[in-house]
Formats: sequence, structure tokens, C-alpha cells
Amino acid sequence: MSERRVLLIEDEPNIIEAIRFILARDGWRVDTHSDGQTAVVAVRDRAPDLVILDVMLPNRSGYDILQDLRSEDATKTLPILMLTARGQKKDRKLAEKLGVNRFMTKPFSNEEILATVRELVR
Amino acid sequence: MSLDFLVFICVAYVALLFAVAFWADKRAERGKSGWLRSPMIYTLSLSIYCTAWTFYGAVGYAARSGLEFVTIYLGPTLVMVGWWALLRRLVRIGRTQRVTSIADLISSRYGKSNGLGVLVTVLAVVGTTPYIALQLQSVTLSFNAFSVDSFTIRGDGGNSPALQQTALVIAAGLALFTIVFGTRNLDANERHHGVVIAIAVEAVVKLVALLAVGIFVVFVVAGGVGPTFDAINASPISEWQTGADRWATLIFLSAAAFLCLPRMFQVLVVENSDEAHLATASWAFPMYLFLMSLFVVPIAVIGLSVMPEGSNPDLFVLSIPLAFDRDILAMLAFLGGFSSATSMVIVAAIAVSTMVSNHVVMPIWLNARQGGATVSGDVRNVVILSRRLSIAGLLALGYLYFVVSGGGAALAAIGLISFTGAAQVLPALMGGIFWRGATRTGAAAGLSVGFVVWLWTSFLPSFGEAGVLADSVFEHGPFGIGFLKPLALFGIEGLDPLVHSVLWSMLLNTAAFLFFSLVSLQSPLERFQGASFVNIFRYSDAPHGWSSSAIDAEDLLMMSQRLLGPEDAQLLFESMATAQGKSGYLPDVTPSFLERLERELTGSVGAATAHAMLAQITGGASISVEDMLKVADEAHQILEYSNELELKSNELEQAAGQLRDVNEKLVALSVQKDGFLSQISHELRTPMTSIRSFSEILMDGERMTSDDRQKYSQIINGEAIRLTRLLDDLLDLSVLENGQVTLNVQEDVLRVVLDRACAATERPDVKSALTINRNQALETTPLNTDSDRLTQVFINLIANAQKYCDADEPHLNIVAHSAGGRAVVDFIDNGSGVPDDKQSMIFEKFARADDHRAAGGAGLGLAICREVMKRLGGEISYLPGQVGAAFRVVLPDPHAET
Repeated sequence: MSERRVLLIEDEPNIIEAIRFILARDGWRVDTHSDGQTAVVAVRDRAPDLVILDVMLPNRSGYDILQDLRSEDATKTLPILMLTARGQKKDRKLAEKLGVNRFMTKPFSNEEILATVRELVR
Repeated sequence: MSLDFLVFICVAYVALLFAVAFWADKRAERGKSGWLRSPMIYTLSLSIYCTAWTFYGAVGYAARSGLEFVTIYLGPTLVMVGWWALLRRLVRIGRTQRVTSIADLISSRYGKSNGLGVLVTVLAVVGTTPYIALQLQSVTLSFNAFSVDSFTIRGDGGNSPALQQTALVIAAGLALFTIVFGTRNLDANERHHGVVIAIAVEAVVKLVALLAVGIFVVFVVAGGVGPTFDAINASPISEWQTGADRWATLIFLSAAAFLCLPRMFQVLVVENSDEAHLATASWAFPMYLFLMSLFVVPIAVIGLSVMPEGSNPDLFVLSIPLAFDRDILAMLAFLGGFSSATSMVIVAAIAVSTMVSNHVVMPIWLNARQGGATVSGDVRNVVILSRRLSIAGLLALGYLYFVVSGGGAALAAIGLISFTGAAQVLPALMGGIFWRGATRTGAAAGLSVGFVVWLWTSFLPSFGEAGVLADSVFEHGPFGIGFLKPLALFGIEGLDPLVHSVLWSMLLNTAAFLFFSLVSLQSPLERFQGASFVNIFRYSDAPHGWSSSAIDAEDLLMMSQRLLGPEDAQLLFESMATAQGKSGYLPDVTPSFLERLERELTGSVGAATAHAMLAQITGGASISVEDMLKVADEAHQILEYSNELELKSNELEQAAGQLRDVNEKLVALSVQKDGFLSQISHELRTPMTSIRSFSEILMDGERMTSDDRQKYSQIINGEAIRLTRLLDDLLDLSVLENGQVTLNVQEDVLRVVLDRACAATERPDVKSALTINRNQALETTPLNTDSDRLTQVFINLIANAQKYCDADEPHLNIVAHSAGGRAVVDFIDNGSGVPDDKQSMIFEKFARADDHRAAGGAGLGLAICREVMKRLGGEISYLPGQVGAAFRVVLPDPHAET
């Protein structure tokens, strides 16, 4: 089994640090990207097994990125886990409509995010 | 019998009449009119038709013209019995329209035209004058019958200075009498209770006197009924032939005069207190006339046979008792004649003076006083004065006519001249109350033409040939124009002068009236009044109900459409038609339909207006001044109401606008709040995420270097501090925004405050620390404010520069100076500043430049600064166009209340 790769698109340094630690401990390779504008290109280049996507990113919203990813053949079925600190109902609805696989609200437990990531990449 | 005694009797009689009148007035004032207003009194008051002319003249008439005198009684009898409905109509109109005279009625009917009123008044004055002269002549002759050898006085003869003197005294006496009687008080309805009672007494006196003389003549002089009839059969009277034309003319004339004579109109209409009295009068008055005429022929026949040749038959009633030395009977006969004369003069003078006063004097007086009447008592006095002067003037005219005409014409002839004059009003009167199409122009034309023809063919010739008109005029016409000869108009000769005059005047009068009515248009008021008069009975019986009539439903529909709107009106009419079982949209104009329509219209224009409008169209109701005032009031109210509505609607619109604004603000606030909550959620959850994750990692406690452990603990600590600061800021902002903040105001100097802020932000541990440049010499502005709060603002600004100034050698210039009359402090750094599109929102909550994470602020700093400055009475704003980020703080005014 080859190394499983996660692309974490997030701009909050401490959260990046925390998720990287949790996933790395489980054997994941974690790449990070902090800018919304260039996120889609980063996904294309890195071709990860899973994308963890924040909603509030500098320069571009996570929803827009999600929409772009779902419109490209290469990333149409790519598992995407969305994280948001807002977590209102309409945010979840919008994300699900746009084709997200999972939608998680911050703060999350380490257990929870690890289980979700494992579930999404089989 | 001495003349002095006769005068004494007259004065005593007048005093008695005055007492009766006074007593009646007093009773009426106390509201106890009772039997004073009985139908009998009304009937007796009508007897002023029988003047001295009838009392004395009928006998003379019979002596000269046989039974022709009967026509004078037949006319009124025909009217009373046969045309009762007409009288009722006149009386009803008189009451509902508050008519005060026949001139008033004509004027009122033709759109309140005072011109017509004046015309009728002039006609009345001119027509009444000969009649008053006639009364003067009668009384004068009867006085002289006692004093001189009366048997030789000829009817067509003497007008001696002595007679004239007597007439003058009598005229003056009658004037005084009438003034005292008729203008004692002013009644709104022009009713004179006292006068009516006095006249009724006089009516009884003259009837009794005439009957007494008649009985005396028949049973004493002639020796019974049989011999009387024999005498009549033997006399030329029984063989007298009268042309049918003259009979018809006379009957018509007396009927017309009965209606149109000012004094008859006065007692018939104005003084009428109850329509029902007409029912009694319709048989009782002809009965009275019958009794008055019963002994006329016997007296004439017996008189002609027993009295000396050349005796004046006009005085037989008086001269026969005198010839037989029956002084008491003679006195009674004298009083009868006196009563006839005085009652006629009093009522005629009252009636005509009312006209003169109302239609001539008052309009002139009111016109002359441009300011109008200011004091009602003032006007009242003027009215009474003008009435009195009119009465005096009228009697003076009568006297003048008596003198000028030379007393030459026989009594009956004078009466007929007057009748013909009065009859000129007839076409306008009849047309006015029966024909809605009669117009003011028509009435004026008819009256004028009739008046002129009457003057020319009857009045002026009455002064006798060579009287007023020259002989040549009679023979050859004026200026030699043959067909204008007074007694042979249009070349038709050989007619009886009376028939000639009546025929032409009435014919031309009526023709002019009809023609000009047809070719002229009515004014709205005329139309209105015309409808009221013609349809007086339609619903004056039931003031609030409608009776069915031949009203055009289409007219009603047209009016309703204007008031209710075309669709609604159509619907209403259709539904009413359907309810009546009719197809189409025009229902029958039934009372119930009219009531329904009135209700509907009331809803849109008000009750009075609805009634008036329907009344106008249906021509039903009489519209009184009060009704019109009500309409005006209603219109005013509707106007006010609609103004109010407009005002209210404006207010509502404003309120709606305000609500819209508020709503927009609320929606904006709601969006803001959502955004704010979302922001807070984000700001709180982000550090909590880190804290939770790292604390869990630390709790796992495995495979971790102590460096890592140290590092993660620091992250947790830092995020906890960040959270705390955020909460502090939120609370602070909340307090500031709600105005719950308590300010700790104290005196200070700007430099001290800035020193404190700089000290608080000093970070010796940071290498590339921000350099702060100040010129403390300028920072001398005295402050009287909460300096802790001001320090907080300065700290925020310095901290912002520390966080965001991206220059290699960051420095911040703090410059104190004054701008716009206020002390200000500018904070200008040398970084890249705030992008133009962000400048407008940096003072909003959580509005940060994008790379805020590095700065680690919560994004509430500037929002708090703005609130603080607002509370302190200062200002903070972004200063665009500087090198880097630039903020200007306008310091609070030290003198302002905070």
C-alpha cells in the first residue's frame, strides 16, 4: 500500500500544525496550502487522495474552490472534507449541494477527524 | 245728522277695529291664536275682494249695465269652487317658499330675479293706485251724501274743491290708519293677525249693512218680495242685453284679479295659516259673495224708481235710507261702505308697501350701504320706515289719481282698469307654477308687454279724453300711427274698450311670455326654483319620502354615474331593475327606488346634497334656503374630511416610508448581526480548535519530544490569551455601543496621554521595533476627558502600526496640530497603508486586512476606537493619501459637556 496523501488547505498556522500532527501520527503524508486563489492548481498538481478544505481562506472562499474541483473530471470524485468555524446550517447545506463528502465544524476532536479521513479514503 | 257726529262715529269705529286688532295680536303673541285662525276668519278676510266698489258700485253697475255686475262675483266663485287645486298649490308654494307678496313669488320662481320683482311691484303700484282712488271717491262721496244735498251729485260729475279736501283728509286718515295697523311689528312671514281679525269684523259689518239696506228696500220701500219682482220685471234691467264677449271677458278678468291682485294674494296666500281653511272658504266665500249680491238688483231697480232723476246710483245704498230718513240704517250703510274701503286700502297698502320695501327700497338701501347691514336692529328700523313711507306714498298716489282723473269715471270702470292691470301677472304666475319651461326672460317680456299695452289701452285713457293723452292720439294714434290708437289697436275698431284692452294686453302678454320662454335658457337657479314650484305637491306632503313620478330614469342614471362612478351606478341601476323584474338597466322610478338611490348617494355626497340633487332632478321637493345651507355645510364638511384624508394619507405615506427605512435598516442590521455572529463564531472557534486539538495531543502523551510538548503548550496558552482578548474586546464594544460605559473624566494634557500609550506598546523584545516620532513641544493641548479611554485608542493605533506596518524600517509619526478649528493627532506610518477599497470599512467589526492572522488581532480594535471616540465627543477617521496607513484622531473639545 502506497503512502496516502492528504492536501490540507488551511490558513490558520496552529490548526495546520494540529491536523498535520494528528494525521502524520496515523501514517498520512500531509501537504499544506494556505491560499485560496491558488488552491485548485495545488490540488491538480499534488493529486492527493483526500483534500481537507477550510471555508474562510484568504483571497478565495472554500465553496468556490469546491465548486471548481467538482467541475473538473480529475477531481470530480475526489474525497473532500470541509472544515468550517462557522458551522451554521445553511453553510452545511451549501457545501453538500456543491458535492462535499463530509462537512465538519471546528472545533473537532482528533479522534473524529482521524476517523473521517480514514473513512473517506479506503 | 251732523258731519262732526259722522267723523266721531268713524273715529270710534276705527278705534274699535284697532282695539280688536291689538287684542288679536296680543293673543297671537301668547300663542293663543285659536279661533282667531279659524277657517271662518280666513273666509271673511277674503271679503276684501268686496271693496267700496262692490258695496256701492255694484248697485250703480246694475243700474247702468243690468246683470253684468254678476260677473264680478262669478269669476272668484269659479276660482274658489272650480279651481280649488290651484289655490291650494299657490298656498303651498307660498308657505314652503316663504313668499311675502305676489312680486316675491314671481321673483322667486324665476330665479330670485329682483328685476321681475320690481316689474311686478311697479305694475302693482300703478294698478292699485286707481283702486285706492276709487275707495277715496267712495268714502268721500258717502261723507258728502250726509253733508250736502247728495241727490244731485252725479257719478260722472262734480269734483269740487270741497270733495277734494274731504278726499285728502280721508287719504291721510287711511294712511295713518294703515301705518298704525300694518307696520306695528314685523313678522317674518308677513302675517298680520290683528289686521286679519279687524278685516273679518269689517267683513261682517259690510255684509250686515248691505243685507239690512236690501231688506229695508225690499220689504219697506217696495212693500215685499212680490212687488219687488214686479218692479224688476218692469225695469229696463231685465231686458238688458250683454254681449257674450263682455261677459266672458269680465268673468275671466275678475277671476284673474282675484288671484293676482296684490291685496288678494296677501289674504289668500300670505296670511293663510292652514291649507285646510281653503276647503271651508271654497264654499263659504261664494256664499258670502252671493249674499253680497243678493239685494244689488232690487236696490238698483227700486232706487231708480224712487230716487229723483239724476241721482248717483253708486250711492243708492246710502242715499235710499237717507231719503227715507232712516238715519241709523244710513249710518250702518255708511259704516259698511267705510269698512269696505278701509279694509281694501289697509290690505292693499300693506301688500304693496311690502313689495315696494322689499324689491325697491331695501335693495337700493343695501346697495347704497356698501358695507352692508351691520346691526340687525338697524335694518329693522329701515324696513319699517320704508314700509311706512311706501304706504303714505301709495295713498298720496291714490289721492293724486283721484284729483287728476277728476273722479270722472264711474266706480265700476275704475275697478275694471285695476283688474286688468293686475291680470297682467297671470301668465307669468300660471306659467310659473305649472310649466317648468317658463323662463325669467319670458316672464319679463310678458309682463312688460302686458304692462305697456294695459297702460296704453286702459290706464291712460281712464283719465278721459284730453286727460293725459291728447284727443288726437285717440283719433289718429300716436304720431299719427293709426294702428296704435289706444282704443283700436292694430286697426280693430268697434270693440268694447274693456274687451279691447283685456284681449290685446293678455294676448300679447301671453304670446311674449311663451315665445321668450321657449327661445331663452334657464339659469340653474331658475331651473331649480321652477322644479320646486311646479312640483310643489310631489313630496312636500311627506318631506322625507319620495312619491312616484314621471322622472326619467336615464337622468337619474346620468347623475348617479357622476357621483358613484359609471360602473357602480350602472350596477346599482341594473340590480334595481332586476329586482323590479325588468330587463335592461333602467328601473321604474318608484318611491322605493328613489329612496334606495338617495341612500346610495348619501353615502357619497351627504344626506342634504343627495336629497337636494334628487329633488332637483325629480323636481319634487321645494328646496329651501335651509336646505341649500345644509348642502353647503355638507360640502364644506366633505371638503374638510377629504383634506383630512389627504393629510392622513400623507402622514400614512410618511409613516410607511419611515417603516420602509426602518425595515431596510433592520434587514441590514439583521444581515450585519448574522455576519457578526458568524464572525464571532469563527473568531471563537478557531482558537478553540487549536486548543482542543493540542490539548488532546498532549493528553495522548506518547511519542512526543519535550520540545514538542513545550511548543504545543505555548500554542494552547497563546490561543487561550487570544480568546480572552477577544472576549474582552467584545464585552468592551458591547458596553460602548449600548452607551453603558461610565466615563472617568479628568483634566490632562495630550503629551501625557501619548506618553502612556507609547509606554504601554513598547516591546523591547522585538528587534525590528516600530520607531515612533513625536514632537512633544506641540502636544500641549489640554484635555478634559476620560484619558484612560483616549489612551486605549492611541494604544490601538500604535499597535496597529506595529502589526501592519510592512516597511523595512517601520516608523510612526505622531503629529499633534489643529485642523478645522479642532485639536487633532495624526498617526502616519510608512507602510503600504490600507487599500483604497478597504478604507471605508476598516472601522467595522472584524474588518481586517486579509493577512491578519500574522497580526493576531481579533479585528475589533478600530471598531472599539471609533466607539470610544464617539463617546468622548471626538472622532477618528482614516486619512487617505498619506505615505502609509494614516489615522486622524480629532480630540474631544475640552469645553464641551461629555
